[in-house]
Amino acid sequence: MLKIYYVWELPVRICHWINVLSVIMLSITGFFIGSPFITAPETSMYVMGWMRFLHFAFAYLFTVSVAARIIWMFIGNHHASWKAFIPWVTAEGRQNFIKMFRYYTFTGKKITYEVGHNPVAATAYLGIFALFIFQIISGFAMYGQFEPGGFWNGLLGGINVLVGNQWLRLLHHGVMWLLAGFIINHIYSGWLMDLKMRNGTMSGIFSGYRYIEPEDL
Amino acid sequence: MKTDLEVNTSPIPEELLQRVEARGINRRDFIKFCTATTAALALPVSFIPTVAQAVEDKRPPVIWVEYQSCSGDSEAFLRGNQPTAGELILDLISLEYSDVVMAASGHQAEEAKHQAMEKYKGQYILVVEGSIPTGADGAYCTIAGESAMVDCKKLVQNAAATICVGSCSSFGGIPAAAPNPTNAVSVSSLVPGAAIINLPGCPVNATNLTATIVHFMTFGKLPAVDRLGRPKFAYGKRIHDNCERRGHFDAGQYAEAFGDVAHRQGHCLYKLGCKGPESFHNCPTVRYNEGISWPVMAGHGCIGCSEPGFWDTMSPFYRRLPKVPGFGIEDTADKIGIGLAAATAVAFGVHGVASCFRKGDAMEEDKVVKED
Repeated sequence: MLKIYYVWELPVRICHWINVLSVIMLSITGFFIGSPFITAPETSMYVMGWMRFLHFAFAYLFTVSVAARIIWMFIGNHHASWKAFIPWVTAEGRQNFIKMFRYYTFTGKKITYEVGHNPVAATAYLGIFALFIFQIISGFAMYGQFEPGGFWNGLLGGINVLVGNQWLRLLHHGVMWLLAGFIINHIYSGWLMDLKMRNGTMSGIFSGYRYIEPEDL
Repeated sequence: MKTDLEVNTSPIPEELLQRVEARGINRRDFIKFCTATTAALALPVSFIPTVAQAVEDKRPPVIWVEYQSCSGDSEAFLRGNQPTAGELILDLISLEYSDVVMAASGHQAEEAKHQAMEKYKGQYILVVEGSIPTGADGAYCTIAGESAMVDCKKLVQNAAATICVGSCSSFGGIPAAAPNPTNAVSVSSLVPGAAIINLPGCPVNATNLTATIVHFMTFGKLPAVDRLGRPKFAYGKRIHDNCERRGHFDAGQYAEAFGDVAHRQGHCLYKLGCKGPESFHNCPTVRYNEGISWPVMAGHGCIGCSEPGFWDTMSPFYRRLPKVPGFGIEDTADKIGIGLAAATAVAFGVHGVASCFRKGDAMEEDKVVKED
């Protein structure tokens, strides 16, 4: 009998969709800041000013969302837990990882049937969290330069000195493209699993529910 | 009745001004110098007499040495207008040694340097221009048979304070740029822990050097510095945040090419690779060449010359971001990024098509209800 599992709790879903919105907005405004593709006809306009304002506002929103999600890793259910993102520490996790990897590379026929994240996806999300944290830190390190000796500069200014202003910008910019690649991958994999697992992979991130056959687990 | 012109309205005491005049310095120049330097140090007006007092009676010994340099900083200083160096420099400081302006040469000059170092041990101000090559045991730069490494170390260790002028002595500068054939280093990496202040820039702004010397004369210590050892009064704000073209940046008006309409109208040079947003210096307020102009005002973007490793990290000078290592010079980060995103999309597209034709991997096959 198929059973309905409540997998993605409300905070997980909220954080997910705030992250989606933030990453899209930050990418668009960030790309604009890097190479402004609109030229203002009047000096009285404030195009770059608004773009930067939006970038910084969504940066704060994104930071709060990522921080909340990390806190939820210690509060939420076992699918949201920090342990879910390091599946390969257990023997079973390693086996499932290989099984799933072989499915993706057409060398194996079976999908790892999971209630929450599959081990390959979970590993990717660990990397994504690392990139998120890198973007937050590098972003606020650069942001802090408007006020040397201020809060952000005092906290993160050492990074500017260590990495160098320009390299930091290049890395911050490059990670945006990595995230763009991830989004393509993420939507595709979600679609594929929705198709093959028939467990509501796609609708789950809206509703929180997945339809699981416990016998298959 | 006295007119305003006859009354000493400056905060500097009359006796002090008379003493200065007796030494052949124009009082008007002296007042201007003290006022401008106090302002450059971001000190309140009430400090003008203190500064004047210190400048008048201290006359510190200064040794100015050059290693791997182009003498650009010496040139900039000699053309400084506050004071006109040629007139005031020898009155306000006691320049014991300077490769560019000293009359002596050869053994005489070296003897003078050595004597000054011994005589004013722990009291003199050392000004270093140029980086120090450490490759081949320092053989790339020797003065009177002694390597720059040995010479610099000795001078720094015996100085009251060391002022590094220009990006080369501060951060290694152009000689230290990749591939750094002479293994050039900055003074602070050659002699770590010594009392060193960095005044990077290519060249140093003479106003900042004068102000740093005056600060030392007035307070007996070097001014407060940032993480890179640069005085906060001169490097405490980003160029971009004090730029006269900032309004155009915020508005969204950019010059796209040198000489285009936007460029002629003085719009922001951001898209021409201006590094003002990455660089800290007081160029927009103090300016160069007697306060006449500075690069951005003259229509050329900042190249970030006062930042560490500027030759490597701030280039390409006409692009916003550095070139991505390992890729061709024409590849920008965005081209590579778009390529990456496109490759991902294609790869997963192919994967998706292949997956659709895959048979027998879909789950719960037995539970799918076939409707009539």
